[in-house]
Amino acid sequence: MIFLKLFFTFFKIGLFNFGGGYAMISFIQNEIVYKQGWISTSQFTDIVAISQVTPGPVGINMATYTGYAVTSSVCGSAVATAAVCLPSFILMVLISKFFLTYRKHKIVKDIFNGLRPTVIGLILAAALVLCNKENIVDWKSVVLLAGAFFAVWKYRANVIFVLAASGILGLILYP
Amino acid sequence: MIPLMEKELSGRWMGKEDFLDAIALAQTAPGIMAVNMAILSGYKIKGIRGSTCAALGAVLPSFIIILLIAVFFVNYQNNPFVRRIFMGVRPAVIALILVPVFNLARTAKITYKTVWIPLAVAVLVWAFGISPVYLILLAGLGGYLWGRFHL
Repeated sequence: MIFLKLFFTFFKIGLFNFGGGYAMISFIQNEIVYKQGWISTSQFTDIVAISQVTPGPVGINMATYTGYAVTSSVCGSAVATAAVCLPSFILMVLISKFFLTYRKHKIVKDIFNGLRPTVIGLILAAALVLCNKENIVDWKSVVLLAGAFFAVWKYRANVIFVLAASGILGLILYP
Repeated sequence: MIPLMEKELSGRWMGKEDFLDAIALAQTAPGIMAVNMAILSGYKIKGIRGSTCAALGAVLPSFIIILLIAVFFVNYQNNPFVRRIFMGVRPAVIALILVPVFNLARTAKITYKTVWIPLAVAVLVWAFGISPVYLILLAGLGGYLWGRFHL
């Protein structure tokens, strides 16, 4: 039963996830953490962190890891990963010709004009949802958040470097 | 990832033009871009069987690496040392998600007139738990209606 639900959930995510890996965080968060309550926010945050530093597409990393975390089995990983890819098969094979013909059409452009600001909102929502007591435990967390933001935003610091540095700072700040 | 794909695919497996079309489609379509690209190029080269093999190739390395990490991490999740590390990592993850919000707002040319859209979407998902699926559908419809009746 849980496998069926997991499949359906990730199929839906694969079908509606416009906007790449960051927007997908919002989808998984809403379905798996908020609606189903299968894993906690802090568990999910760890999954996002590990998915960012592991090579390969972040979306695949997150689906594989979430599938495992929810079911504690390799089958869960396989189901979630296959489900998130399946809509791509259907869409790519069926609509590729159609899309290439109509890509410059006004209606397609109008639709994407609506999608773009919405995707930004979804990514912002993902960040806001993760700002809870499990992740932001005290003022030191706030400083870490601000510091990491500043490092990436202003100095374009490498993602792996920032996560490694904040892990070391975690060790120092929380004895 | 795109330069790597171009080096491997363009010229050898598909023409330059086809490659650029495929990239455009893989990026705009929903789903995971790398998987979309694998399916498109695989299909172009050898039909359904080609796209299946290409998709497996794109997915399997990540799948195996993440599984190894997940199995390993479960045993150490409650280790005090690991817990302290992740107490530092979690706020940084939030920062990593926030940065693209601002970068994308710039490239999508969000102005004072349109900034209410991402803000409203964020509040609906964050405070009310509205599914992103509905908001994506609404956004597509909204974009279509706006373009049809307003410009």
